[in-house]
Amino acid sequence: MTAVETTPARTGGAKAALVTFSTRHASVLPTFAAIAILIVLLVGAQFQFGNFVSPGNMSALLYDNAHLLILAVGMTFVIVTAGIDLSVGSVMAFTGILGASLLTNGVPVWIAIPAMLVGGALIGLLIGVLVQQFDVQPFIASLAGLFLARGLAFVVSLSSIRIEDPVMDWLRTRFSVGGWYITPTGIIALLTVVVGAVIMHRTRFGRTVYAVGGSEQSARLMGLKVARTKVMVYVISGLCGGLAGLVLTAYSSAGYPRNGIGTELDVIAAVVIGGTLLAGGRGYVLGSLVGVLVFGTINTIISFMGADQSWTHIIVGALLLLFIVVQRAIVARSERGS
Amino acid sequence: MRLVKHRLFWPLAALITLVVVNVIANPNFAKITMRDGDLYGNPITILRESTPLMLVALGMTLVIATRGIDLSVGAIMAVSGAVSLTIIDGVSDPNSVPAVLIALVVGVLVALVLGAWNGFLVSVLGIQPIIATLVLMLAGRGAALLITDGKITTVNSEPLAFLANGYLILLPFAFFLWVVAVVVVALIERRTALGMLTEAVGINPEASRLAGVRSRGIVWSAYIASGVLAGIAGLIYAANIKAADANAAGYLIELYAILAVVLGGTSLMGGKFSIAGTVIGVLTVTTLDKTLQFFGVAPAQAPVFFAAVVIVVVLVQSPRVHRWGRSLRVRGRAPAPAPQAAEQADRQKEAVR
Repeated sequence: MTAVETTPARTGGAKAALVTFSTRHASVLPTFAAIAILIVLLVGAQFQFGNFVSPGNMSALLYDNAHLLILAVGMTFVIVTAGIDLSVGSVMAFTGILGASLLTNGVPVWIAIPAMLVGGALIGLLIGVLVQQFDVQPFIASLAGLFLARGLAFVVSLSSIRIEDPVMDWLRTRFSVGGWYITPTGIIALLTVVVGAVIMHRTRFGRTVYAVGGSEQSARLMGLKVARTKVMVYVISGLCGGLAGLVLTAYSSAGYPRNGIGTELDVIAAVVIGGTLLAGGRGYVLGSLVGVLVFGTINTIISFMGADQSWTHIIVGALLLLFIVVQRAIVARSERGS
Repeated sequence: MRLVKHRLFWPLAALITLVVVNVIANPNFAKITMRDGDLYGNPITILRESTPLMLVALGMTLVIATRGIDLSVGAIMAVSGAVSLTIIDGVSDPNSVPAVLIALVVGVLVALVLGAWNGFLVSVLGIQPIIATLVLMLAGRGAALLITDGKITTVNSEPLAFLANGYLILLPFAFFLWVVAVVVVALIERRTALGMLTEAVGINPEASRLAGVRSRGIVWSAYIASGVLAGIAGLIYAANIKAADANAAGYLIELYAILAVVLGGTSLMGGKFSIAGTVIGVLTVTTLDKTLQFFGVAPAQAPVFFAAVVIVVVLVQSPRVHRWGRSLRVRGRAPAPAPQAAEQADRQKEAVR
């Protein structure tokens, strides 16, 4: 009897294990897919160009995309609550030009940097209050934030401001080990990822974020602090916008009011490719790290090929579509299952 | 009181207030002069410059009525302009009317295909509209840049320039173009059942499906209409600057179009829509833009004011502010538990949704 019972399980062993794994860990699958794509991209590029996976190149990946990474961490929080924040690119531009203007006007750096962070957080707070207290759709509330931040950036200055400040210069000094290097901006970005991941997975607030995204109604009935959490995620995203403004300003040693036009789309794409579900409730900060690395790698490959940079957006758009369709299938299956 | 209750009252009041403020600040604002049998002046300029936004907002109204949103309109504008101007740039005589016409038709057809693509993602694959159109918003501008080789293709073509700057009996051709578009859309939506079915799908997709409405075709056609109208808008934009600028064409226009639609009283929750409201909304946005320029605000700084407008409009529409308004009115008469009842009614309404 036992033999009869075990035979079907054994014949479909590998397949069954795969099915069990994929149903139990459905929420991790998109992130694994993103890691697979990243590996394929890196290996493929290495074969194609020979010198792609070099210490210098990999270090540059973090150096060039530090601001994107910081924005993606904030965006992950927002998207997991089933919201969206379109304002991040403009907030980054506003805080960047604000900091540059303060510094050139002789304001000490220990006031200028907190001012940038507070500026970003305030715009996030405005969006959060509109979303939570006045039932405005996240999309339209953050649109107001986008307009406001972009306009304010131009109110601060209509043209770019160069900065010469020892602290800002220090932020992009390269600490090298062998061919590898890392800058303080890169360290800030990685720290943001770590702090974001810890908050998301190890704190009560983080669990509430997932609960709100899964079902706001249930979260409220469970007595979770839904209102405070929903406002907080936008404040976090705004704060990340301010931090990204600081990093980008240090990176380019100038504030420029046109910075980050369309960056919100790149960030959303990176977060989605990293496996965060746009319907909310599922997603990983570390997944967003992978998403940003995929984005950055595509960018680097295209400049290696000498092709037009506009290909980046076409390919990222196609990848985004692929992931959305896959997500759609996963959601449809879990809905059938429940 | 009945006048105040009319749903176009507040949009129209906002527009009229804006015009009155302008006329008081500068009596020349409303001055219209006659030159060579054509009319010129600020009001005429506003009517002419409204054209791209009007076309885009018209399509957006239909999409929003189905509970959707189309973020890709700006990118579609860039693509249609790039396609048409690249064709015109390639022909031997850019002034030949048939060649220009063919180029324009090809541009609009490409826009139609892009709109159909959006509609496919939303209505067949069932992807959230904001995300489905985000794909094209990202990729479209990249494609437009590839078509123009990353350069700004400039074209000197008489028939093309006519599209944006030409005059037909007294008034600009572009003005007639948007009037025709508005009339055609209004006739199709309001003289047939299509408008009612669109609202049904927007108000409650599930109920309308059970009632036998084929929502797929209706939603799909809304995105196609939005794509085609955005394509035409892209041609007008390109004709106005006599160039295809893939980066600047339609930049932020999706946001201004959404603002215009909301200003016109159409709810972003879908369902009931007002084409007349959208027309008023677009004219308000364009007039506000002109007003800001007039008061010496740099165009780049204008978004601060539009942000204020967006915030005011969404606050006015917010249920919580409505409750406050109601409780104030009720408290004036009797300090009864009416606000609670109102809140409850709102909750029930939300629950029904």
